Amino acid sequence: MSVLAIRGLSKAFGGVRAVNDVSFAIGPGEFLAMIGPNGAGKSTCFNMINGQLAPDSGEILLGDRNIAGMAPRAIWRLGVGRTFQVAATFASMTVVENVQMALLSYAGDLYRLWRPAAALHRERALELLAQVGMQDAADRPSRELAYGDVKRVELAIALANEPRLLLMDEPTAGMAPRERNDLIKLVKQLVLERGISVLFTEHSMDVVFSFADRIIVLARGRLIADGNAAAIRDNPQVQEVYFGTGKTFSNEASPGAAP
Amino acid sequence: MTTRRHVLSFALASTITAVLVLPALAQETIKIGELNSYKAQPAFLDPYKKGMDLALEEINAKGGVLGKKLELIVRDDGANPGEAVRVAEELVTREGVPLIAGTFLSHIGLAVTNFAGQKKVFFLAAEPLTDKITWQNGNRYTFRLRATTYMQTAMLMPAAIAAKKKRWALVYPNFEYGQSAAENFKTMLKAAQPDVEFVTEQAPPLGKVDAGAVAQAIDDAKPDAIFNVLFGADLTRFVREGTTRGVFKNRTVLSLLSGEPEYLDPLKEEAPVGWIVTGYPWDKIKTPEHMAFVNAYQKKFNDYPRLGSVVGYATIKSLAAGIEKAKGTDTEKMIAAFRGLKVDSPFGPFEYRASDHQATMGAYVGKIALENGKGTMVDFKYVDGKDVLPGADEVKKLRPASAN
Amino acid sequence: MTLDALLFQAINGLSSASGLFFIAVGLSLIFGVTRIINLAHGSLYMMGTYIAYSFATKIGGVIGFWGGILATAIIVGCIGALIEILLLRRIYRAPELFQLLATFALVLVFNDMTHWIWGSEDLLGPRAPGLAGSVELLGRRLPSYDLFLALAGPVVLLILHFTLKVTRFGRLIRAATQDREMVGALGVNQAVLFTSVFALGAALAGLGGALQVAREPATLATDLIALGDAFVVVVVGGMGSITGAYLAAVIIAEVKALCIGIGVVNFGGIAVNFSKFTLVAEFLVMAIVLIVRPYGLLGKPQGAVRSVAEPEEPIRAATPMLKLLAAVVLGLLLFLPVLAQSSPYLMILGIDVLIAVIFATSLHFIMGPGGMHSFGHAAYFGLGAYGAALLVKWLAAPMGIALAAAPLVALAGALLFGWFAVRLSGVYLAMLTLAFAQIVWAAVFQWEGFTGGSNGVIGVWPKPPFDQGWAFFLLTLALATIAVLLLRRFLFAPFGYAMRAGRDSPLRAEAIGIDVKRIHWLAFAIAGCICGVAGGLFAFAKGSISPESIHVGRSIDGLVMVLLGGIQTLTGPIVGASVFALLQDTIMRQTEYWRALLGAVILVLVLAFPSGIVGAFSNLWRRLRGPS
Repeated sequence: MSVLAIRGLSKAFGGVRAVNDVSFAIGPGEFLAMIGPNGAGKSTCFNMINGQLAPDSGEILLGDRNIAGMAPRAIWRLGVGRTFQVAATFASMTVVENVQMALLSYAGDLYRLWRPAAALHRERALELLAQVGMQDAADRPSRELAYGDVKRVELAIALANEPRLLLMDEPTAGMAPRERNDLIKLVKQLVLERGISVLFTEHSMDVVFSFADRIIVLARGRLIADGNAAAIRDNPQVQEVYFGTGKTFSNEASPGAAP
Repeated sequence: MTTRRHVLSFALASTITAVLVLPALAQETIKIGELNSYKAQPAFLDPYKKGMDLALEEINAKGGVLGKKLELIVRDDGANPGEAVRVAEELVTREGVPLIAGTFLSHIGLAVTNFAGQKKVFFLAAEPLTDKITWQNGNRYTFRLRATTYMQTAMLMPAAIAAKKKRWALVYPNFEYGQSAAENFKTMLKAAQPDVEFVTEQAPPLGKVDAGAVAQAIDDAKPDAIFNVLFGADLTRFVREGTTRGVFKNRTVLSLLSGEPEYLDPLKEEAPVGWIVTGYPWDKIKTPEHMAFVNAYQKKFNDYPRLGSVVGYATIKSLAAGIEKAKGTDTEKMIAAFRGLKVDSPFGPFEYRASDHQATMGAYVGKIALENGKGTMVDFKYVDGKDVLPGADEVKKLRPASAN
Repeated sequence: MTLDALLFQAINGLSSASGLFFIAVGLSLIFGVTRIINLAHGSLYMMGTYIAYSFATKIGGVIGFWGGILATAIIVGCIGALIEILLLRRIYRAPELFQLLATFALVLVFNDMTHWIWGSEDLLGPRAPGLAGSVELLGRRLPSYDLFLALAGPVVLLILHFTLKVTRFGRLIRAATQDREMVGALGVNQAVLFTSVFALGAALAGLGGALQVAREPATLATDLIALGDAFVVVVVGGMGSITGAYLAAVIIAEVKALCIGIGVVNFGGIAVNFSKFTLVAEFLVMAIVLIVRPYGLLGKPQGAVRSVAEPEEPIRAATPMLKLLAAVVLGLLLFLPVLAQSSPYLMILGIDVLIAVIFATSLHFIMGPGGMHSFGHAAYFGLGAYGAALLVKWLAAPMGIALAAAPLVALAGALLFGWFAVRLSGVYLAMLTLAFAQIVWAAVFQWEGFTGGSNGVIGVWPKPPFDQGWAFFLLTLALATIAVLLLRRFLFAPFGYAMRAGRDSPLRAEAIGIDVKRIHWLAFAIAGCICGVAGGLFAFAKGSISPESIHVGRSIDGLVMVLLGGIQTLTGPIVGASVFALLQDTIMRQTEYWRALLGAVILVLVLAFPSGIVGAFSNLWRRLRGPS
């Protein structure tokens, strides 16, 4: 049984079909990359899964529950974690408070008015920070962090609700190549330990081909390929989409992904 | 360097001396606390302040009252009843004034009246016109100088009845003063002329009249006559729009306060000729007491008096007379002294009635005319306040029992 | 009324609409580009009328009048440019909204300056040469100048529209309205752009004021009236949209003209005077538009403006130092009644300061940590005050019950209004809260039978022992302390964190399961509820409550207090409220030109402490201790 199954997902903006009848599934513990040239519909697809956009048609099954059209916070409560393309934190809080915030939400403590929040779930938050290597920065204001560190904190936040599924929108965007590999290695290690499934989009083909268990390719809103690294590399349609538009599988940063 | 230090220490020393010595000197004076909406209603209150200053100067030049000089402590009340109460408390508690006077807008006068009753402070309401200050909401501690809306409306009533018009339109600013004037007018006219019909009532917000639309709406109601209570900038707008649109043509217009220079002069050559108004034709009143006042005023300020000047002047004169009669500023003695107190004013002698604490200072009723490109009043006469006030028995029913 | 009459009133409405359009369009442009809410806009308009009056009377004739109007627009435009260069440019890096404080100070200064130059009497200008008479229409006489004005609005609209469409300057304005950062990135000199937009906006205000010289007297009350009108029009039309401004001006002017035209109507024996409803109607239109079309009729959602100011420090539990300081202050306050035996005014001043503290702290709760800039906090003050006062008036309720009811009435209002308000953000939320506050004010003002109308409710005095200054002071002190500590406690609790998370990044907050609207709604309700306590205390402290005390001025005072103290600090509102209340008390007492002096003092504070008083001190403190 798959963790997430997408069936016939479609979304149009005005006359443009951004996502057109896309179907795929993610198995337990699977590390699935979604790639495609700019404008292929990756972001739209992603935003429908995380609840920011409502699809025009199609189903998004989390387990056996259709989450299409649900609010982001409701989807999160069902065990879907998420990181953003441009990482950021709650700027007025310390690093550990950022993680505590997610833990407070997960524990249903948000409407408590009396107990000071500082002590609540602090241990667990520090634990999560330790796992992403950020425990030393716990009490620093989060706005002072370097970008790479913000990405790590965001990962800790995303793990706070013990998700079954993690959605990562360009997790390595805006990072130097060394940092990229370190971060993805960290992600892979953490999700393996917990048996979390991951769906991520990525521009860096290095990252994709070295780490993804499986790859799906979108082009002009349609799913054109689905398979392991070798199969995708050899797929003529994929080659055409990429090489035909002058793109290569080498490292290239997306123009819009700079912080 | 040393010189500068010397200068500094000298300045410091003299400041300290001044601070220490001045209050000692000040104890030789009788303090009067005065609060008013100086910033919000400057057109009336700037001359008012000058009137007070003139009276103060005259009294103190003659040695003051009971051998002490009068000292005026003036505050702005922010045109806000809550603020006015704070200022009144400040005057009483920090400045230690034994009595307070002032206020302009009716609702602020009412709030301070209530304060005076609660805190047992003598209060002379100078200008606010609402009847409630001396009647429904009256109290032992509050007296009022200016002729009330009831009185001013009553002064216009003979002209209203004589006009024999059936269809009347009313226009008034939508707050206490305007509402009570309109109410008074309707009641009095209905009593005198039962078949009267009030064809429209326009009640724009104070200071925000949409003059074109209001004038037009009145015209569309096809009245035979109009009763106006607008004043200040509202009046100016209304007159200009109404004149251009021919709203006042062939119609009798009665108007409260419009003959006061404060409101008439800004209109210049557009003063609405033929309106029957209450007001103050300052350049035409030739009684000796008024001539003396005008001369002194013009000499001191190089400006002509407005009605506010008379009110300010008479306020201080009233207080001086009251303190003189009470032989001090003790509140109970002041109340006793003010009941039936006779005061000389530029308008002639008047009296604070013992029955309702209302002064009988009257007003001038006449017609607006143009002279030398300026509005003025003609065919005017002075209506004494006592002739338009109800008798003591009738008033007693209007006042709370505790007020007597 | 006849159809003719209705049609004629509609034409009247068009000339009023042009007037409104001139007031509003400059404000809209300035806001669109600079994101500054220019409270001094009404003052510029007022000065326009005065300057044009001087031209028309001193020079006179056709040149003095018509030439004077153009000259006025240029002069006021220059004043606008000077304001931007000399004042606002220095504080662009301050926390959001801080510029509002500076423009508030200018309102005070300009009003007294105008009083000083032109005197106190209303000044009615001459009729317009060439347009003094009237034209016959539908059997009625329409002043030619009104007809001219009715046409002048659309003409200026077309000129502006054309300028914005085809010129480079116009394109920059439009680009900046949509995305301010982008214009900077394009290499445009932002300083020059801001100065010229400010000058243009000011010139339009000056032109508008000058054009009224033939219709309205120049008076000192015009500044705030014009500002209020401008707000409504800009918000209804959509911030930054000039066509929207005209459309909104027409709608509002027509609704008012209709109210006036209808006059008194009998509904089954009950006479209703519609002419009294012009004010309510205006704000009802505004509230409805904001609820149905949150960004105004022709407005677009504003691109998020990344604040140029430093984000705030994480909140920390009170240091021993701060606790000690708080204890000392509280101790001194408890000791105050002893001092007050020789100067009883201390108690009255103390009560006023403490009420201001509750008011400002509750406003800060949603403004600072909540990021909801309420411009209508006076509504909850008013609901509390009237709730208490009316219980005393109608049910002769004892003080305890009335005081307990005050926060509940305010809570009910805040729950209702907040539900709509939290659906918006930024300046639209600010304006919707303002509209609700004005509706409360107008309702209180109009509902004479129940609320006492313009007189308000009088005779709400505390019963013994609280009729003694010291006793009421201690009661106020106790309630203020509880209120401040309670709000502080909430901020440090998970709820307060969730509120800040929702402010820092609504998207991320939603992504970790926080229902941001709901949290903010409850925060709004809590702030309103606490504010109601201040209102209840106020009614008993003054023995009365009246519409003035809950008017927009009080909301603005609250903003000033919060910004003065420092919006990014938790003690800021306490210090800001105290400083402002004391300043007002001292300055109003000392001088005839107290407004100008108060304005000048605020300007000095603004320039000296661009992050508020407490903000400045805590920055200094951090710098002294060095990075830790």
